[in-house]
Order: sequence, then structure tokens, then C-alpha cells
Amino acid sequence: MPFAIEVEALEKTFKGKHEVRALDGVSFNVEEGRVFGLLGPNGSGKTTAVRVLTTILKPDGGSARVLGHDVVRKAGLVRSLIGLAGQYAAVDENLTGRENLQMVGNLNHLERSTVSGRATDLLAQFNLSDAGDRPLKTYSGGMRRRLDLAAALVARPTVLFLDEPTTGLDPQSRNDLWEVIENLVGEGTTVLLTTQYLEEADRLASILAVLDHGHVIAEGTPAELKADLGATVLEVGLATTDDASRTARILDALGPHAPVLNGTVVEVTVDEGPTSAMAGLRSLDQEGIIPTAFTLREPSLDDVFLALTGRRTEDETEETEETDDPDQKQRNRALRHAATNAMPIATGELS
Amino acid sequence: MTTAIATPTLSGAPHSDHLAARARWAVSDTLTMTKRNLLAVTRIPEALFFSAVQPIMFVLLFRYVFGGEITIPGTTYVNYLMPGIFVQTVAFGAVSTSIGLAEDLQKGLIERFRALPMARSAVLTGRTTADLIRNVFVVVIMTVVGLLVGFRPTTGVVPYIAGVLLILLFAYALSWGFAVIGLSAPNSETAQVMSFPLLFPLTFISSAFVNVHTMPSWLQGFATYQPVSVTVSACRALMIGGATATWVIQSLLWTVGFLIVLIPLASWRYRTRT
Repeated sequence: MPFAIEVEALEKTFKGKHEVRALDGVSFNVEEGRVFGLLGPNGSGKTTAVRVLTTILKPDGGSARVLGHDVVRKAGLVRSLIGLAGQYAAVDENLTGRENLQMVGNLNHLERSTVSGRATDLLAQFNLSDAGDRPLKTYSGGMRRRLDLAAALVARPTVLFLDEPTTGLDPQSRNDLWEVIENLVGEGTTVLLTTQYLEEADRLASILAVLDHGHVIAEGTPAELKADLGATVLEVGLATTDDASRTARILDALGPHAPVLNGTVVEVTVDEGPTSAMAGLRSLDQEGIIPTAFTLREPSLDDVFLALTGRRTEDETEETEETDDPDQKQRNRALRHAATNAMPIATGELS
Repeated sequence: MTTAIATPTLSGAPHSDHLAARARWAVSDTLTMTKRNLLAVTRIPEALFFSAVQPIMFVLLFRYVFGGEITIPGTTYVNYLMPGIFVQTVAFGAVSTSIGLAEDLQKGLIERFRALPMARSAVLTGRTTADLIRNVFVVVIMTVVGLLVGFRPTTGVVPYIAGVLLILLFAYALSWGFAVIGLSAPNSETAQVMSFPLLFPLTFISSAFVNVHTMPSWLQGFATYQPVSVTVSACRALMIGGATATWVIQSLLWTVGFLIVLIPLASWRYRTRT
């Protein structure tokens, strides 16, 4: 059995005020012991795919198997083999960290004696020993995420699902969580990870699938996906649109990728960041153009999308996914905002 | 395929389709969930305190403010009042089932439970069992409060305990109804708001506080035979005397009827709520 997860033409439509086709024939396979990244903007169907694979949601069509077991017909068995850490840190606010882990252990039907030892071990492993007997109200966002992940690991799952594990976390907590996930992978657990961050997918996943409107639009290693993309994005802000279009023409000479003009901002993907930046600045200087902003950054999910689909990640259709709850929408908006603003690696204000 | 079943390093129980194992887990999962819900109650002492304050205020209000205007033939008003207060208190308390479930849904905890190999029924049975246990304390506290303000049960310990059991059973059935509301509400605030239009007529258009004969005749039928009223009447009979069997039977019929309808309904809402 070479695959830990097999997904075939999965379909799911959410009925309601506005019908949403969340999964529109998704297919992919995940080899055992791999970290598979599902990359896509909000509303692309990532979470729905995870919910189907973790038996929470029944698909309308297609099939999915985890370790060879159908997630609909053998749901009970699948549940005993998997772990799920969710997007919104589903841990019980009113319990302590230890009580949360013990509850999950008991609900996994582990021996009572195993449960308490396992809780202690996991608290230590996730750096929560001191906070273990404190109520969750006193936990920071990062601590909650770590506990959520620990809860997913109580029964030593063979396959682990991580739905946007670091969304909304500060960079330090994100880094900590990444290290934890990397260690898990070292132990041979198969991981399916969803994320909106190209950087996260790049760091953790060995194979990526890009989801858009409920189907896979690209699949490959992070290196393969980025090869078509160029390593760095050069973003130049200008005073006028006129300057911007002149800049776009000038920067076209930098490489194979065509600059994208967006109002007074020009973006171009380049292979050699610093070299291209210097070349670009020299040419602009010769033409007497002075940028108002000049930024070098890593390509974001938005750039991957632009390269793959010719359009940016959309904003409007995404909010309908699985929720009419205004709070949830608010969160989604905030997350999306965070996701589309990629992390700058070098920024200089020139004027 | 079968080799895959052996792969998990689950240290305790592997997945099983055996009926006996599943029944055992349904019980142990219910206990786990009950414990979790009761722990939550103890973690918010303020909520515990104020949930006791409200029924005590009702006792004081009816005993000392309105009670002087109400005469009940054959007994004191406080003796008439307290069985009504008991039933009203547990009925109001059942709202916590709807709020708690709506909150679990809202916070994503139910998602986690759904992905665990636990008995599906345990989320609901654990919640309603926790409320049942909480109600035991509620009735004990309210009995003490009643004794302090002059409540004097006249029938002896055994009928009194029978009355308490009847109340607890009735409250348990109500919890399943409020579970349906909690599973239908978009969030916990709405669950609370949705519960009261149901609770107010049931507790106030009833024999809990006043003799229904003082009500307009078109209201008396409902006020006499609706579930809260017959349970109050049954408890009153068990605690301070009067015709007992007919009210007890009617109350049990309501309770059993509720359980037969509401348990499948709540389970169905739980299964279909995404």
C-alpha cells in the first residue's frame, strides 16, 4: 500500500443562500511518511478537503481513503488512525492543558494509565509543562496552537492533518511550531498540511498541490512550482502612472518574466534578486526615474496564483465557504489580508 | 487491508465494531464528556454563584413581595410556592444545555470530537448527564433556601425524595429539547434568546406560582395540563399532600413523551449540523 491518503474526484457542494461548490473533482495521493502541502487561498476548498478526509463531512461524489480505508464506509476505523489539528485551535477553554489532553486520550479509548503519562510527555515535548495545570484562558495564541497540536498527537496517529496550523500566529510562534512539525515528520508520521503561506509550504512540505475553486491546478515539489515563478519579486512604487509604465518597459529587460503594472506599482519576478535589483536601479537612474518605494520580497501565494491562473487570488467569492457567521467572516478577511501581504525580505524607502 | 489495522500504535483499544465494545465506549465516553462539562461549571465560579442567585431572588420575590396577595386554601403560600420554584429553576437551568452545545459548535470543539473515535452520542449524553448532576445540587440548595423561608414539607422523606426524582427526570427530558435548540442556533447568544420564548409561557402560564383558577377560563386548560404545571402539581402532592397518582402519571407521560421525541431529534440535528 504505497499511499497513506488517496483522493479521487472528490466533490462537495454546500447548499444554502448561495450555493458553493467547495470541492469540484479534487484528486491527489499522498505517499506514506511524506508531508503533503495543500496550498490555496481561502475558499479554495482546503478546509473542506480536510474535513472530508477526517470523516467530519460526507462528500457528495468521488472517494477518499486513508491508509486504504474509505473515509465514509470505514469512518470509525479512520478516526482511530488519524489526528487533526484545526485552524481555530479547538481546545476547551474551561479546562487546563493537561485536562484537555487527558480528555482527548480518554475519548481515544487509551488505557487510563497511558493517558496521564502521555499527557505529561506531550506537555513537556511542546514546552507547556509549566502551563499544563493552568486554565487555557491564561494561554497565548501560540500556546493554544501547540496544545491543539499536542491534542492531535495523543493517540500517536499514523496520519496527521494540520489545517492552517500557523495562521494568525506571530513569526516567533510560527517558527516554534514549524520546528515541532519538522520533528514529527522525522518520526515518520504522514502529514497533510493546508496553508496559505508559500513560505510555510516550502519549508515543511515535500510535495505541494495548489487548489483553486475546488480543484487541483498544479502539483509538484516546492522547487518545481517556484521554478516557473522566479525566486524573488521586485516591487517598485512610482510617483505617477506615467513613470510606472515607463518603469515597466525598462524592467522588462531584466529577465524572462514580464513586469506587471498595477496603478503606480510595478512588480517583476526575477531569478537573481540582488543582481536584478541593482541592474534595475541603474537603468531607472539612467532614465531619470526616481522610485518612491523599492521592495525585494519572496513570492507569495498571490504570485503563484498569478503565474498559474493569470489572475490574483480573489476576494469576494471566498467568504461564502462553509460559514454565514459574521465573526468567522471577519476572521477569514483578516487571515486573507495577512496571507496576501507576503513577508518582505528587504524594504527600502527611496525618495 | 487488514494489515493496516495493526499499524496504529494506539496503546489502548483498537477500533472495534463489536457491539459490546461499542456499548462500553458509549458509557465511558459519556462519563468523560460529563466530567468535562462539570469541570467547566466549577471553573467559572461567578456563573455558578449567579445561577444560584436568580432562583433565590424568585423565592424572595414571590414569598415576600407578591405572596401576601395570594391565598391558597388549605396550605401556606410558601408551601404552595416551593415545588413551583423547583421546577421553574431546573427548567431555566436547562437553557445551559443549549448554550453549552452552541458554544462547542461555535468554538470548533465539536469538529474535534467528530474526528475522534469516540461514541457519537457522547457529546449529547455527556451534556445532558452533566446538567442532571448539576440539577441535583440545584434542588438541594433550593430545598435549604425553602426551609429557611418557611417551607415545611408535610409528607415525609420518601415522598419528598420521590418528588425530587420526578423533577430531575423532567429536567433531564427538557435538556434534550434545549439540546435541539442549541444545535439549531447559529451561536450561543442566539441559543439563549431562542430558549426564553419557550420557557416563559411554560413556567409562568402554569400552576407554579398561582392557582390557575384565577386565570381567564380560556387559559386554564393550557395552564393546568401543560408539562411544567402537571410536574409542579405532582411535586406539590408528593411534598405537601393532595391527589398524587393522577399528576405523577401525567408528569411521567410528558417526560417519557419528550424523551421519545427529543432524543432522536437532537441526535439527528447533531448528525446533520455541519
